[in-house]
Amino acid sequence: MNNPEQLLTVAPAPHLHGPDTVPTAMRDVLIALAPALAASLYFFGLQALLVILSCVGGAWISELVCLRVMKKEGTGEWSALVTGLLLAFCLPPALPAWMAALGAVFAVVIAKHLFGGLGHNIFNPALIGRAFLLASFPVAMTSWSTPLDGVSTASPLGIMKEATGAPLPSIGELFLGSVGGSIGETSALALLLGGGYLLYRRHIDWRIPGTMLASVFCLTSLVAAWRGFGPWYPFFHLFSGGLMLGAFFMATDWVTSPVTKLGRVLFGIGCGAMVVLIRLKGGYPEGVAYSILLMNVVTPLLDRYSRGRVFGRGKAHA
Amino acid sequence: MKRPTFAGGIHPPGHKWMTAAAPTVAADVPDRLYIPLSQHIGAPCAALVVVGDQVKKGQVIGRGGGFVSSLIHASVSGTVVGIEVMEHPGGSFVPTVIIENDRREEWAETVRPCSDPSALEPARIREIVQEAGIVGMGGATFPSHVKYAPVEGTQVEAVILNGVECEPYLTADHRIMLERPQRIVAGLSYIMRSVGCARGIIAVEDNKLDAAEALGAAAASLPGVTVTVVPEKYPQGSEKQLIYACTGKEVPPGALPIAVGVLVNNVGTAAAVADAVELGTPLIERYLTVSGDGVARPANYLVRIGTLFGELAAQSGGYLDGVERIVAGGPMMGRTVFTDQVPVVKGTSGIVALTGGQLPKGREYPCVRCAKCIDACPAFLAPTSLAKFARRSAWEEAEMADVMSCIECGSCVYVCPAAIPLIQYIKRGKQAVLAARAAGTATGKG
Repeated sequence: MNNPEQLLTVAPAPHLHGPDTVPTAMRDVLIALAPALAASLYFFGLQALLVILSCVGGAWISELVCLRVMKKEGTGEWSALVTGLLLAFCLPPALPAWMAALGAVFAVVIAKHLFGGLGHNIFNPALIGRAFLLASFPVAMTSWSTPLDGVSTASPLGIMKEATGAPLPSIGELFLGSVGGSIGETSALALLLGGGYLLYRRHIDWRIPGTMLASVFCLTSLVAAWRGFGPWYPFFHLFSGGLMLGAFFMATDWVTSPVTKLGRVLFGIGCGAMVVLIRLKGGYPEGVAYSILLMNVVTPLLDRYSRGRVFGRGKAHA
Repeated sequence: MKRPTFAGGIHPPGHKWMTAAAPTVAADVPDRLYIPLSQHIGAPCAALVVVGDQVKKGQVIGRGGGFVSSLIHASVSGTVVGIEVMEHPGGSFVPTVIIENDRREEWAETVRPCSDPSALEPARIREIVQEAGIVGMGGATFPSHVKYAPVEGTQVEAVILNGVECEPYLTADHRIMLERPQRIVAGLSYIMRSVGCARGIIAVEDNKLDAAEALGAAAASLPGVTVTVVPEKYPQGSEKQLIYACTGKEVPPGALPIAVGVLVNNVGTAAAVADAVELGTPLIERYLTVSGDGVARPANYLVRIGTLFGELAAQSGGYLDGVERIVAGGPMMGRTVFTDQVPVVKGTSGIVALTGGQLPKGREYPCVRCAKCIDACPAFLAPTSLAKFARRSAWEEAEMADVMSCIECGSCVYVCPAAIPLIQYIKRGKQAVLAARAAGTATGKG
């Protein structure tokens, strides 16, 4: 201010901004996925690493190409990395790398950028990538291997669905993740750690994972009571398949989930109910991906009909 | 027990430690004072003096037409050396009386202490408040005598004094509560008498428990007055949110606090009322905080109206390198000024100099629907939807979505990770809806 003639910056309030930006939030999601990443590398080794690198690479390159072609600013702000990593986490460890990469390209180009890019997609891109791969390569997408030694096996939910008589893994094994399944979905413990971090950082609302897990637990408890299964049954459903990954990292996707609190509750309940329906009555042993995609469709409706009252309207006191 | 607060809101870093413990010092009275003829909401004043006139401290130098206006007084004795259109911290250019200070500090004859303030009639208290040019000193600058005037069919059931001071950096209200608690409580009693109300609440945020204690002690002898400690949260000091915290009542959209039988005043306003009633002194000085990471020695000052921002900054050791914005008021809702050669006015609660490191940065992204703005909005609006409506000029949709309920607290912008200037869009929407209503073409709910 040595020169009084020099004018200062005049800008609208507020003149302070919180610490969160889109890139830092995406970075936090990657941090939250780190425990599951470590678990996946421990259980599935180099095979998993190859699939992960293919997905992340495919997503990242597609993002850059799309931004360039569509003449948009930026370099993706980590969001393509999140999409790639999440897609890899819901693929079998032995999937050929080119399929994984193709799924990532499909996720980013078709499910994200053709819908308008960041913030405009209707469906969770990673789940669309998985659905695309499952439709295109049904055999490769359902060939599971055991953790650590990589022997061909069935997933726990597959064992249950097919009722082959093979022994079911224990709840403890499911919780830690030493079972067959998609790369990043097997360790409930690692996913809970990451989900806890996202909750702590207030990037996700407990309502979505909370109600989704609760509805799966309640519905499967009812089934257990009705059909005389033991108390292990609801826990088996809770910790198997992609439920933890879906509940904390897919259903909570900002863009494709409701913005209202009531909407999130309904969304979570709907996701959980759909998971149980598909697992018990559907053709596939697992239904997390489709349940979330189906609920993505009703997100705009949930938002529209769950809007709360404005301060001062209606209720007149505490 | 339910904590006395509101739903939504944010927790920006307070930065109040910089000045909270610093006793208020009387700022140097400069050689020249620049007193704008509009420092309030309502009709601007016309000058009652001409160049060359001798004026005394407390003399009326500007008077506006109509009831909703406020008198302007000379803040020093001296000579009127100019009446010029000058920049105002509110951003406009207004006629301004320039007084050369003669350093005699001679009071006008009209300034006389009241021998028996306890005998004053309510109407006389309102007159005194009007003659003293008192306006809301929290920043809104609404003329206080208008606020106290009886409205047909309404009755004030509680007067709330706002000592929340939820804006980061500002501590002037904190200091006045610590240093002049008896004056605040006395002012509250006059306000309560002027509106015929037996209940008074002084609301203080829980980061100022020492102030709450001082006020509690000062108010101990006054029946019907309580101190309510509210949790630290922004915008706890917003009128409607404070009323809800203290009484559990929600003021409907578009309505004034009197709709729920409440009148809210700032603690500084109450102290000014006490001075006016007992001492006869008009509003010619105020408490304010000079702070921010861009000023060398942050401090609290008692400042004569008409002192230039730059003179106060100089008393605070000047600016540090990298100052990018100077805010009149707090950093959440205050206005930036083009230059520090603007005067302190009745509504200037602080001067905050911010360097680049503090300012919003990063480019704007598309909305990622994170809903942080919705969770933060204390009016329970969906800021991102309102911004979308305003962006495509969908005014009816904006009105239906209650755009007019926005209190412009800035919480949504603070939390938005996509750095979308939500408030600007929403203000545009409000302007358009107001214009449509004025033209009689508005649809939807009012």
